[in-house]
Amino acid sequence: MLAVVGTVPEPDFPLITGKVVLVDGDVCIEGERAPINRGTPALLAAAVKVCEALGQPAPMGCLVGDTGLGKGSRRLYKYLTQEVGRWDVKAMAFHYLQPDVDWHNRVLFAVQDMAEPPLLIADAGFMYAAKMSGLSCDYALFTPDVGELAFLADEEAPHPFYTRGFILHEDMKVPGLIERAYAHQNAAACLLVKGQPDYVAGRDGIHAAIDMPVAEAMEAIGGTGDTVTGIVAALVASGMDVREAAVLAARVNRLAGYAARPTPATQVMDIVAHIPAALSQVLADIPLSAGGRHG
Amino acid sequence: MSLLKLFKKKGDLQGRGILVFENTSEVIRGERVLQDAGWKIRVMGPPPEIRTGCDLIIEFPLMEELNILRSLQGAGIEPLQVVPVNSPLLQPVDIFQTKDFGQHLMVRAANMKLTVDKTTHTVVNISGGGCPDVPYLAQEMVGKLLDEAPSPREIGHTLCGYALQLAYEEMTRRC
Repeated sequence: MLAVVGTVPEPDFPLITGKVVLVDGDVCIEGERAPINRGTPALLAAAVKVCEALGQPAPMGCLVGDTGLGKGSRRLYKYLTQEVGRWDVKAMAFHYLQPDVDWHNRVLFAVQDMAEPPLLIADAGFMYAAKMSGLSCDYALFTPDVGELAFLADEEAPHPFYTRGFILHEDMKVPGLIERAYAHQNAAACLLVKGQPDYVAGRDGIHAAIDMPVAEAMEAIGGTGDTVTGIVAALVASGMDVREAAVLAARVNRLAGYAARPTPATQVMDIVAHIPAALSQVLADIPLSAGGRHG
Repeated sequence: MSLLKLFKKKGDLQGRGILVFENTSEVIRGERVLQDAGWKIRVMGPPPEIRTGCDLIIEFPLMEELNILRSLQGAGIEPLQVVPVNSPLLQPVDIFQTKDFGQHLMVRAANMKLTVDKTTHTVVNISGGGCPDVPYLAQEMVGKLLDEAPSPREIGHTLCGYALQLAYEEMTRRC
């Protein structure tokens, strides 16, 4: 089973854990609903679609309301340190959470104390904290976009806001940034870098570049990075190899986006609806026949 | 170099302090109060020993500490710490990248992207970022006109919110 840990942008949303279902365009956990517009609900919606298509158990969500002050995130961190030892999950994805190195470390150590520690995936704020903690190597997968990759590559930056200019200017040279992130121990075992093309890489170099189909407007649409993280997390939880899952997820997200005929004004829920068909198409195409090239 | 210039340069290097606040939204409020009062301050990254993960600090002329604290107290803002600057501070990102989609324009600052319809000036999308106010900012701004939407400075709380403010200001300059 997949567990997804993140936030909902409503100050009064309770701290809640449970099975996630989709109801009328919302994610629903234990009767609490959150719209699928972006952020962790978008990640969860994509994961639910993949789990349904693969006949896997629905993901477990662990959510709390937080609009940026960090109070909800810290409540959730504390809850995790107390409860995660009782969870039985194959993979855990951490998402939009207030970056806090001290709490990150306490949560990570609690997860590592589990009887069978799950594969760890980090995106967004929790990935920032993981990098700043110096414990990136304990993660199976990070899913940065190109700007966030530059942050991972900058050994001195504690947040993407402080990425040094000479590194930011390199952001079209993704392979060099990947190499630099690994050289400074600031990358997970596998990286899925969201961009044009998407790259799947490890310490041994670039494994695949996925560049088709192209829907240029996707870059502007909030939540398209969240959906790809939800897809790969669900695939990993199903037992798929992390690198293989990352390549497939990049292809599925591109196909779903392309099928939605997006403009920069498209909202991510329009793309989520196309994920099941895109997944069927990609799984039917295995081994890779188009849109991916192994490096 | 004259003695006066030498003294001034040394003062520039040694006479700076930093104000540390509980969260980034306090920094943003403090920045506005101090700038409105005419103080020469800069928003910067904290030194390593006091970093927690999502931090900004205000750098200020140390000799004006009491006056600056008085300005902040007048606005109900209380810094957690006042510390002299001993090492170089992190510089916030100041590089903007723009992408023209024809009908829409996207501005990126650091990890945040803001996209606006060029004809109507409606905010159509916000993407990127990782702090929990990003989905909240998107929820509050998308679908509204650029000059009617709440600015990230008003409702954001994190470094991602601050980066979006920079993108917002750049977009406002361009639209």
